[in-house]
Amino acid sequence: MSKHFGDFKAVDRITFDVNEGEIFGFLGANGAGKTTAMRILCGLSFPTSGQAKVAGYDVYRQQEKIKKHIGYMSQKFSLYDNLTILENIEFYGGIYGISRGEIRQRGDALVKTLGLDKEAKKLVGSLPLGWKQKLAFSVAIFHRPRIVFLDEPTGGVDPITRRQFWDMIYQAANEGITVFVTTHYMDEAEYCNRVTVMVDGRVEALDTPARLKRQFQSDSMDGVFYQLARKAKRTSD
Amino acid sequence: MMVEVNNINKTYNEGEITAVNNVSFAVDKGEIFGLIGPDGAGKTSIFRILTTLLLPDSGSARVDDLDVVKDYQEIRRRVGYMPGKFSLYQDLTVEENLRFFATVFNTTLEENYHLIEDIYQQIAPFKTRRAGKLSGGMKQKLALCCALIHRPQVLFLDEPTTGVDVVSRKEFWEMLRKLKQQNISILVSTPYMDEADLCDRIALMQNGSIMSIDTPANIVESFPKNLYAAKAGDIYTLLKQLQGDEVVESCFAFGEALHLTFKSDQDADNTVKRIVAEQQLDDLEISRITPTIEDSFIRLMRENATETETDGK
Amino acid sequence: MKQLLVFIRKEFYHVFRDRRTLLILFGLPIAQIVLFGFALSSEVKNIGITIFDQAHDINSQQITNRVKQSAYFIVQEPAASLEEIHTKFKEGSIKCALVFPPGFSEDLYRSGTAPVQIITDASDPNNAKITVNYLSAILGTYQQELNPNLVIPLQIVPEIRSLYNQEQNGSLNFIPGVIALIFMIVSTALTSVAVVREKEMGTMEVLLVSPLKPVMVLISKAVPYLVLSLLDFIIILLLSVYLLDVEIQGSLILLFAESILFIVTCLSLGLLVSNVTNSQQAAMLFCMMGMMLPTLLLTGFLFPLENMPWIFQAVSNIIPSKYYYEIIKAVMLKGLGFGYVWKETLILLVMTCLLLGLALKKFSIRLA
Repeated sequence: MSKHFGDFKAVDRITFDVNEGEIFGFLGANGAGKTTAMRILCGLSFPTSGQAKVAGYDVYRQQEKIKKHIGYMSQKFSLYDNLTILENIEFYGGIYGISRGEIRQRGDALVKTLGLDKEAKKLVGSLPLGWKQKLAFSVAIFHRPRIVFLDEPTGGVDPITRRQFWDMIYQAANEGITVFVTTHYMDEAEYCNRVTVMVDGRVEALDTPARLKRQFQSDSMDGVFYQLARKAKRTSD
Repeated sequence: MMVEVNNINKTYNEGEITAVNNVSFAVDKGEIFGLIGPDGAGKTSIFRILTTLLLPDSGSARVDDLDVVKDYQEIRRRVGYMPGKFSLYQDLTVEENLRFFATVFNTTLEENYHLIEDIYQQIAPFKTRRAGKLSGGMKQKLALCCALIHRPQVLFLDEPTTGVDVVSRKEFWEMLRKLKQQNISILVSTPYMDEADLCDRIALMQNGSIMSIDTPANIVESFPKNLYAAKAGDIYTLLKQLQGDEVVESCFAFGEALHLTFKSDQDADNTVKRIVAEQQLDDLEISRITPTIEDSFIRLMRENATETETDGK
Repeated sequence: MKQLLVFIRKEFYHVFRDRRTLLILFGLPIAQIVLFGFALSSEVKNIGITIFDQAHDINSQQITNRVKQSAYFIVQEPAASLEEIHTKFKEGSIKCALVFPPGFSEDLYRSGTAPVQIITDASDPNNAKITVNYLSAILGTYQQELNPNLVIPLQIVPEIRSLYNQEQNGSLNFIPGVIALIFMIVSTALTSVAVVREKEMGTMEVLLVSPLKPVMVLISKAVPYLVLSLLDFIIILLLSVYLLDVEIQGSLILLFAESILFIVTCLSLGLLVSNVTNSQQAAMLFCMMGMMLPTLLLTGFLFPLENMPWIFQAVSNIIPSKYYYEIIKAVMLKGLGFGYVWKETLILLVMTCLLLGLALKKFSIRLA
């Protein structure tokens, strides 16, 4: 799959598969083309050439179907600060056509598992960042999507909450939800089943963290990433 | 002392939100001092108090031996500041930005060129490009040049590496090391724990309070327990099982391994052997390791959490 | 001083590199003048008219027929009384009435002059004026045709009454209105957005933590927009003179002096807004609702103030653009001197001092 903006090859003939139930790490330096690729996979823009299917649906012709079967969460936008936790859940549940009764029932359960029973009627804006992010993730998979896209979900979050967040990711993967995640924390790359590293619009590496480390003779994903990204020639986003 | 902070407090919304809670620390001349902590730890409020942009509710602070409240005008002459959300003038070119800030600080690009030369050379090929069209790493270098142009005594960098990729982050810390040699004091904040090792001294912050201040080495050394790393083929199962094991005090994922401590370090070797035997997982390996700053941070967070809980009861 | 110049130059870079700002700066005044100028003074057709003929003689009927033949008018049922005319105006079925007094022909032949009354709905002053012109033309032609056969020249003297807006605000009065509006947009809205943008970008923090005096930031932001406002003023004047054939009656110097005063009022307002808001949207919304709408609605520029409920009239007194509008109308269109507008000027001056003082006081040397 490729995406060009004029002469600029934001995404340059990338090829990969993500297995069902897999946690797939999508790494790359700033401006490597991650965001562009992710937008296409979420049904927000069309590729210039090549093929891609998400949850079995074609990115050219079945964007609406894709949107119905994926979840999305990013660091920048997640929930409405001026709605309460329950109202946010109701809203997102409603968007995906879940019945009112089911929303109420599963919403209550969700709030309990997150330990937010007391805060359920509080505005999301008053929650600490870590809780917000955990809640945002739960909301993103509330409609039980086939695959969830997470764009730097743990940016700025404290180390304990970050791990609790990954606990939730593992749980979702165990339940069969495929997880497609970008991150700047290299230790988080280790938590993925497989990792791609994009450099200058191309997929430069794709394997399990263990094998990538062996291939690049490094003892951490940090080293792997550094070796790859250093080669980047691109300077603009 | 370049920076001295004594029992600073700052609240917002008429005391409803505590941003800075009784914080004290000092930064030596030529030292790189790091405030390490997640969003909401109070780092930005401290920066704003020290750069005279906010008044503390109580406590006092001095920068280059000047009071942040009384002598704010003089302090503003002497410090360089890169705010967290600083994004330069997107519609001005690299050079225009730099020259503008030079003039604002009563100097010229030429006068202090030697100071920024190393950094500026990296972005010089793009000097006619508008700042908005630069990559994250380039923007950050330009911002650093702008903060340095008047040869400040002390540099305040609020989360300069947030949202920047690993390569640019490494380059950025390289630059800070070079500036240190010029005897410029640097106060820097970051949410990335792995950057803590690059500072001379650090303060670990959480919810407005400092949990610990020391050199990175000393902080790691004062980790009170033996720390073990556990690896296995199915790491998620291992995590669940270890978290359920009653001899285990803490266990959390850490990159490719799990980091764990036991309730008692006595006879720990036997405990490890027992676990390996009991767990029956493929490729299970447990070995003792040196903690990292992040391990210390997590530990301090947990200790504080239990303290506040017992306080509450 | 050098700092100030460099800062001002930077502001000009911002303006000239942003296509949207440029469009607002130069596209908008031109578009408004052209739109108001041509859309409002273009031909009016199918004007509803009623004729109240108290004379019922040959001349009145001949004139009535002329009006009926005219493409401009649609003659409605004749009216039987003045009250009926008023009712029809209120219904909106007519925009104009022509009244022949009893004994129209007799007057015409005996004394040589005969009065007719033209009543128009002047709540739309432009249309009212055009209507009067059409009717006067019909009367004039008729009169000329009568004259060749007679020794004494006969004159029909139309007496014109404008209902609802006796003063006939409008016609070219939109020009001072447009000027006031443009100043509001450039000096208030654009200036406040320019300051708030620095807050949003984080550059304001760096500027505050610099030896630069906070007042310098304000001055450097204000100067470019003062210059640009004046440029717009000149453009509007040139367009008015050469495109719309408006004669500038009064002193140009007075016109500029008063305009600079009002621009400073607008700038103070803009800086005040930028001090109390933290996002560009909020600043823009504030300016739209708080400044531009009142300028449009409550200065008498689109809708005559006289016909508004007292509460709106009262509110209009605190709107600076109202006074500027009065001043410019008087100087530019009526050719009056400073002696006639000193009261408005004084009010504007006091307002400016208050606003500027408030803006300077509110400008914080710190955050929050």
